[in-house]
Amino acid sequence: MSDLNTVTAAEAPGGQPNVPHGPVKKDKPRSLAGDAWADLRKRKIFWIAVVLVAVVLVMAAWPTLFTSADPGACALANQYKGATGGALFGFDYQGCDIYAKVIYGARNSITVGVLATLLAGVIGLIFGLSAGYFGGLVDAILSRFIDIMLGVPFLLAGIVLSNRLSSDPKSNGIFAVTLTLGLLSWTTGARVMRSAVISAKNQDYVAAARMLGSPPARLIFRHILPNSIASFIVLLTLLLGINIASEATLSFLGVGLKNGAISWGIMIADGTQFARTEPWPLVWPAIFLGATVLAFIMLGDAVRDAFDPKLR
Amino acid sequence: MFRYIVRRLLQMVLTFFGATFLLYALVFANQKDPIQALVGERPVTESQRIALTQRYHLDEGFFMQYWYYMKGLLTGDFGTSLTGRKIVDMMADAWPVTLRLALIAIVIAATFSVTVGVYSALKRGGLFDNVSLVITLVLLAMPIVVIAPLFQLIFGIQLGWFPPTATRDATVWQLLLPAIVLACIVIAPEMRVTRTSVVENLRADYVRTARAKGLTRMRVIWVHVLRNSLIPVVTLIGVDLGGLMAGAIVTEHVFNIPGVGFNLARAIRTEDGPLVVGFVSILVILFLFINLLVDLLYAALDPRIRYE
Amino acid sequence: MDVLPGVDARAPLLEVNDLHVEFRTGYGVAKAVNGANFWLSPGETLAILGESGCGKSVTAQAIMGILDTPPGYVTQGQIRYRGVDLLKLPEDQRRKVRANKIAMIFQDALSALNPVYTVGFQLGELFRKHRGMSRADARKRAIDLLDQVKIPAAKVRVNDYPHQFSGGMRQRVMIAMALALDPEVLIADEPTTALDVTVQAQIMGLLADLQRQRNMGLILITHDMGVVADVADRISVMYAGKVVEEAPVYDIYARPAHPYTRALLESIPRLDMKGQQLSVIRGLPPALTDIPKGCAFNPRCAYARDACRQDPPPPAYQVSVQPHRTARCHFFREVLGE
Repeated sequence: MSDLNTVTAAEAPGGQPNVPHGPVKKDKPRSLAGDAWADLRKRKIFWIAVVLVAVVLVMAAWPTLFTSADPGACALANQYKGATGGALFGFDYQGCDIYAKVIYGARNSITVGVLATLLAGVIGLIFGLSAGYFGGLVDAILSRFIDIMLGVPFLLAGIVLSNRLSSDPKSNGIFAVTLTLGLLSWTTGARVMRSAVISAKNQDYVAAARMLGSPPARLIFRHILPNSIASFIVLLTLLLGINIASEATLSFLGVGLKNGAISWGIMIADGTQFARTEPWPLVWPAIFLGATVLAFIMLGDAVRDAFDPKLR
Repeated sequence: MFRYIVRRLLQMVLTFFGATFLLYALVFANQKDPIQALVGERPVTESQRIALTQRYHLDEGFFMQYWYYMKGLLTGDFGTSLTGRKIVDMMADAWPVTLRLALIAIVIAATFSVTVGVYSALKRGGLFDNVSLVITLVLLAMPIVVIAPLFQLIFGIQLGWFPPTATRDATVWQLLLPAIVLACIVIAPEMRVTRTSVVENLRADYVRTARAKGLTRMRVIWVHVLRNSLIPVVTLIGVDLGGLMAGAIVTEHVFNIPGVGFNLARAIRTEDGPLVVGFVSILVILFLFINLLVDLLYAALDPRIRYE
Repeated sequence: MDVLPGVDARAPLLEVNDLHVEFRTGYGVAKAVNGANFWLSPGETLAILGESGCGKSVTAQAIMGILDTPPGYVTQGQIRYRGVDLLKLPEDQRRKVRANKIAMIFQDALSALNPVYTVGFQLGELFRKHRGMSRADARKRAIDLLDQVKIPAAKVRVNDYPHQFSGGMRQRVMIAMALALDPEVLIADEPTTALDVTVQAQIMGLLADLQRQRNMGLILITHDMGVVADVADRISVMYAGKVVEEAPVYDIYARPAHPYTRALLESIPRLDMKGQQLSVIRGLPPALTDIPKGCAFNPRCAYARDACRQDPPPPAYQVSVQPHRTARCHFFREVLGE
């Protein structure tokens, strides 16, 4: 933060050999986004992530494409029965079709994850832009507030807040968890946006635009936002993965989704209890949750690497 | 330097009160029946009601209640849990267990991530480097609710290499598998930072100078590359301690370890307000002090950084 | 100091012969040095002059043996120190040549000095590792050295970190470090480029003094013709990885024999030409992945003819322009104005 006084090293090339660092082609100048896309297209990890994300999204939107079974139809007679025709993964302790439940679990995960991330994105964008653009007192207050938020470990705050928000004993907890994650996870985005705006504000071209009489709103939207929005969107992709994981964690601890709402987190919690007798009711939802989070993190990671040539 | 520390301490005080107030408000504000919430499921008599109202200042404003609570907290009186036990006693039982767990986890994570990260950087682009990059990516993405139960299932139950759950005394042997699980959540970022930092430093001009001085390759790497590369890693390990405390909630729950996370998870499920606020307040203080220590450590390790 | 096997005291101090260096990157092979030739005698200052990208720094790194491999490889040629080909030495002996026999000063002292160690540590390290001295003795020698490069209050400053020095003082530390083990050859890679003009003169003066006292051979790598005129005895002009002209400094300024040298000289602003248009060299240096056929300079050369586009000029040392002069140009007589 502003407390660090680092003496930055001069960026002289020193003894670097004078070799062109890229292909010397005479084609038209490419934009950063164009370069990033050209780089992304060549990455295997990016395509694996895209395919995984697409599958999960389709699963969330049209679960009936994957299974015709009703995840709520459980019969104790089926307890721990092995795989049969439709029920590929067998049945759990309560005799529910594990495959159907896992498929339907994607919907809640994605809904909570996407909505919470959008909420966090909006809050982060507004707070970050204002803190960075106005500076001074606004920045001081917002920065202190973020410090306070970061003073409590994320998961702890999430547990307390989610528990408090879902005090209605009949609710399924989806609203409470979404709100909790949205309200707690915007801080990183706000910080990224704030520092991006501050560094953009000090650029010569922004100073020049201001001297030419460009109004503040135009400055923000024409000059500052386009230069910092890429990293912000990448951050949101990563955050989406983290929020899906957090939903599962809260549900796992009993303060997330509840009252019959299907969640991979609850399935893992139930599966853990009886893992000694039958491991599969634990293993399948764990694999699906892991793969989904991994897909979003890989996607965000690949896009970030592509947009940040320094990290290549 | 002195002025910097004083300023940081003042900021910490502000953050501490801000965070605990938010927490206190979340747990206690606008409860339908605060007295019932304080005793849990048991029925309450009228005389108990009067005693509790007096004890918790429920007839006064919310801010006053917070004020009285903080006064108690700062004089070492954390109040009583719904279970009837003194919260101070419960902390005295729980904290050593969690600290031991976190410490083992940090040692495992640091040893592993620094060794692998440095080796990857030295052999960058090779098979080892690529494999470890893929593994870090997977580790980075795995939520602890996936790792903890799966590791317990595979290494504790199926293979039987480690005890799958801990007993009351939580020996080092029993804590080993949970510590590995905890380490998993911090290994990936630590390894990535180590690798990036070493790769960057290997290209640095002063490393070229060190080679021009006719030093051996070992000396160049150990003295001139590693010393500089490990500065960000050391600070990251410090910051991770806070993350480990949070990760301990799930891990201790899964492995049945009677530590802070275990108590907290139970307290939240049983809506044991005083216990939650007490434990989290201490966590917040710990968190803040670790952050300050990390910043000071940073200055101690890197002479270019001065605080004013 | 242990003696290198095969050292011949009568052989030239340093001789670079037909040196080729290439960088193998994912985008292709960049030929950074394509047959560099020069020699150096004790007490002499040889300036290697050229634009950025002409291979002068790479040549220096190849002599030191500190090329980054991969991507950089020496593919051909010899680098002889007193008759011993350094490229054929095992790494352990090569390492001992560095700093003991041949030392180097880098352009940007701030990034070339390790930020987390005191200058005392970085100077003392040389004595401790090469001479086996104790920490205390090494520290004394470090203070001596700082005195020799005229750093005030050396006893105190020996405990300072690089970032606590000014640019000029930092370059003095760099010089002290290079001279610590009394090398016979000193390579200075753009030693004053990062400094203010007034400080530049002080540093060059200090280098010249120290060189005279120690009778060192100095290779001065620069693109600054002004610096060269002041201190150099001979000049090697490099273009696209080749030495295109080599001559005593006076001759080159008076009568350049290569069109490139001539163009460089004409592009220096001069007081007596005030008001006239400054001539520039048209075009850009070639990309090292795609060096033109024939003479590398032909696309930019005012004298270029078909021969220049077909055949490379004969290797230097065969065209004897005047005694002690070489130029790689088919039409050097024309350039000289004969």
